[in-house]
Amino acid sequence: MVNAKQQSPDEMSSTVGRLSATVCRPARINDFFYEQRPILLHGHTRSLTKVKYNRDGDLLFSTSKDSKPNVWFAHNGERLGSYDGHNGAVWDLDVSYDSKRLLTASADNTCRLWGVESGKQLYQWNTRTPVRAVAFGQGDRIALYVTDALMGQPSTIWIVPIEDDLENQTDEFIRKIVITGSKATVASWGDLNKTIYTGHEDGTITIWDAETGEQIKHVKSHTKAISDMQWAADYGYFITASKDHTSKIFDAKTLRVMKTYTTTRPVNSAALSPIRPHIALGGGQEAMEVTQVGGAKQGKFETRFFHLPFEEEIGRVKGHFGPINTLAFAPDGRSFASGAEDGFVRIHYFDDDYFDFKYEEESMEL
Amino acid sequence: MPSAVDQYNDEELEDIDFTDIEERYRVELPTGFDTVVVVDNVPKVGEAKKEKLLNVIKKIFKDIGTIKENGLHMPVDSKTGESKGYIFIDFETPEQATLAVKQGNGHKLDRAHILAVNRFDDIERYTNTNDQYEEPEEEPFVEKEHLKSWLADPRARDQWVMMKGDEVSIYWNNKGDQPDLDHSRNNWSDMYVSWSPKGTYLATFHKQGIALWGGPTWNKINRFAHPNVKLIDFSPNEKYITTWSHEPFITADGEHHHVAIWDIVTGSQLRTFPIDTSAAGAQDGKQKIDWPMFKWSFDDKYVARLMPGMISVYETPGMGLLDKKSIKVDDVKAFAWSPSEHILSYWTPESGNIPARVSLLRLPSREVVRTKNLFNVIDCKMFWQATGDYFLVTVERAKTKKSTTTNFEIFRLREKDVPVDVMEVDPILEVTNIFWEPLGSRFALLAQEGTKIVCNFYQMVAAASAPTKGKKAGPSVGDVAQGVKLLKSFDAKGTNQIIWSPKGRFCLLAGVRAFQGEIQFWDVEDLVMMGSGEHYMCTDVEWDPTGRYVTSSVSWWRVQSDTGFTMWTFTGQQLAKQSVPLFKQLLWRPRPPTLLSEEAQKKVKKNLKEYSKQFEEEDAAQTKAVTREVLERRIKLWNEWSEYRERVHSDYLGQADVRNDIWGFDPDSTQDSLPAESLEEWVEEVIEETEEVVE
Repeated sequence: MVNAKQQSPDEMSSTVGRLSATVCRPARINDFFYEQRPILLHGHTRSLTKVKYNRDGDLLFSTSKDSKPNVWFAHNGERLGSYDGHNGAVWDLDVSYDSKRLLTASADNTCRLWGVESGKQLYQWNTRTPVRAVAFGQGDRIALYVTDALMGQPSTIWIVPIEDDLENQTDEFIRKIVITGSKATVASWGDLNKTIYTGHEDGTITIWDAETGEQIKHVKSHTKAISDMQWAADYGYFITASKDHTSKIFDAKTLRVMKTYTTTRPVNSAALSPIRPHIALGGGQEAMEVTQVGGAKQGKFETRFFHLPFEEEIGRVKGHFGPINTLAFAPDGRSFASGAEDGFVRIHYFDDDYFDFKYEEESMEL
Repeated sequence: MPSAVDQYNDEELEDIDFTDIEERYRVELPTGFDTVVVVDNVPKVGEAKKEKLLNVIKKIFKDIGTIKENGLHMPVDSKTGESKGYIFIDFETPEQATLAVKQGNGHKLDRAHILAVNRFDDIERYTNTNDQYEEPEEEPFVEKEHLKSWLADPRARDQWVMMKGDEVSIYWNNKGDQPDLDHSRNNWSDMYVSWSPKGTYLATFHKQGIALWGGPTWNKINRFAHPNVKLIDFSPNEKYITTWSHEPFITADGEHHHVAIWDIVTGSQLRTFPIDTSAAGAQDGKQKIDWPMFKWSFDDKYVARLMPGMISVYETPGMGLLDKKSIKVDDVKAFAWSPSEHILSYWTPESGNIPARVSLLRLPSREVVRTKNLFNVIDCKMFWQATGDYFLVTVERAKTKKSTTTNFEIFRLREKDVPVDVMEVDPILEVTNIFWEPLGSRFALLAQEGTKIVCNFYQMVAAASAPTKGKKAGPSVGDVAQGVKLLKSFDAKGTNQIIWSPKGRFCLLAGVRAFQGEIQFWDVEDLVMMGSGEHYMCTDVEWDPTGRYVTSSVSWWRVQSDTGFTMWTFTGQQLAKQSVPLFKQLLWRPRPPTLLSEEAQKKVKKNLKEYSKQFEEEDAAQTKAVTREVLERRIKLWNEWSEYRERVHSDYLGQADVRNDIWGFDPDSTQDSLPAESLEEWVEEVIEETEEVVE
């Protein structure tokens, strides 16, 4: 007699195979999020481009194509306010160490500095082409922004001073690095503001000397555009997301690929857990390629969790109706936020199971 | 420097025999006689009758071609004055000459004179042939590899072939664990790959033809040159192979042929066939190929083909027509072989006063085993049960002008006089397909009821004990006819295929290709669904040859996203899912039928527990080994990563002074420089509201 075993459709779709993941034991794909309902933040009218926590983790900033960046209370999803002024899609943001200042990069050819609490615009850099990326340097006294290649203008990194006293703030730049070749899609500072890391449309990662503007190193480990780059807290390595369906961890100094995570859809965002040896990937079928018949199922709009050293999938979180564009772990590692093409931001708190979950091998000796 | 020839004087040169070189380098010149034929066996006549004879000859060849002016020449013996008994005819074109040979040869002039017509060139050629018999050179014996070596796998595993991009690989199945690669080659096949019915050969397709591979090292076993071959069909016992190409090749006789039948072991071409374009397939100007066009009898002894108004049966290996003539059946629509006997089944539609008829014919005696007349027939479909015990015909009949009904005519071949059970199907149901259980007496029916899809399981009951009282209440059970029992009828939403396990009892209901990929796993013995699953957009579902595993796959040929395959147990448990970019095909390697006698099989079944104990131990050991491997790999990865993390972190800490300079304080200090704010959140909740009238 054969045991009739029926699985609910939910269980089925959250199960992935042992061929690709674990080999000899039941698939360890977990639903970490049964108990606590996610918090849905609905304040944007268009698709999300970036979500980022402040250092304390009490505030969540979000930018979208609708030109109005928002700030939310991370613990309950209440909207604190928005930053009104941009006239185009906002591509990137960064928030200062003390959570007092916010930088935003926009397609309206401006990069703006805001007072987080007041919601007022403090300063505005006017550019000739859309601003793709922005980042505070360590110490919050300098920042960089990257302008797009457009209308004969090359893709350029601008390093600008940020004055404590706004009276002294000017639009003079400290240095400008012209990017030859494929345009930069993401940019961030290396440790101690000595270097700048850019990810490019052709999949290249480049290190620039921030003091001389020279190119130090570049590798092309991805085959398609880099869509995200997030750092480990100690700047030793970073994780990338790429349209080539993979995510990789690079050693910061050598740009050696340490780990590779392979999926079946373009990856738009990749985040490192600050407390667990886990990573999260977000992405999905490009919105324009999703057919109506397939819908969300075919698109695979899930956040997927992988074990960092083992490169094995450990869990999935569903919920979005469009590709996930941006992911961020809360600084305490107890929750994460995802922003998607569907205009929603979702904050998920992990169940206790998640913190108990551990491979035996993590504490075993060979 | 003198040349080589200058070294000899003329005299010496004359002595040298050059004939072998001349022979070798002789240029084949067109003789100019390709329009000339020689007619032999013509009566020897004198001058008086000469004119008359020539007129007779002219008359015979008049319709075949135009004879050139003065193209008729009859040599005359100068001594006797009589003709020599042969005539030369010179035609306008070589084609006419060829036709004259074909049609004129064997023409009976009278009892004593049967004309022998040959091409002039041929006569020359044959007279030049050496009369001495030459022993053909004996080829040295080359030891061949054991073609069934895969069956001797110590763990009795099965194999499958997978095509991914241009890469063809053969794997050992490891019960859903990582499979072991046996062999892999790039560009092994230009189109697809195919197994022979018993799994001995793997066929690959190439521009030049078909190649067969096998043995432990996957060497080429044989090849069959057929340009742009598109379709192949193996005979059931792997003795012969039929190949088809849309592009005709030209035979020695100048005819255009599409099909060739080959002997697999020798690699020789047995016979080639043209395609009759006037046959049923050639509608709308677009040729539809009904494949296999040549149907093999169960033992490879005969191969048959449907022709307009007849069935041509050829006998192997000579490939001559059985009894030198086709079986004439006016208006025959379709035929099929019994899978276990030399019995042909075919049906003919109604015409005028003659009813439609299904017939069973035994070969080679051509004795009619059974016929059944049917009326108002629109269409018939024939389904043989795999062991040839039953033969089922679905008959679609016109009920009224618009509606049709379907009924089954089931022939019991193992019973005396072949009784036929007739069973009406509920007229609401539009039967889409019938699937016989292999080795069993059950069959499944897939039908449409409006937009609903219904699946019915039936069982054949021995005629004597067929209970008419089985007709219980309820319309669906009313379908029970004598000898056929409806086991279960249910809604089979989202499915369009029924695939029986090769060992029977279990079957899959699957929605493939146009459907979403729903799969149901049924046990027809207990009539329960054991499990279900979904492989989204799945294009193919296949059982392994032992009936223990099922693979579902999405082929890049049909769907370009999420290609790959999933492995299931026969109960519907998912074992593994693998996404494979450019995945095209996965085929389980068939196994030949067991060599054990029925008693031996029974014995195995009886002592199954003992056997399985041994296998379970082996499995456990295997799993343990794999676990150990994975465990070690993970521990290694973990240690490597931990080491790396420590190194990176100490680098970071080493820069603390510089960092503190940049910030003006230690940014990583856990003690916040700012005094902690305490926040209070008031939550007010209205628990109850009551209204009271205050006096």
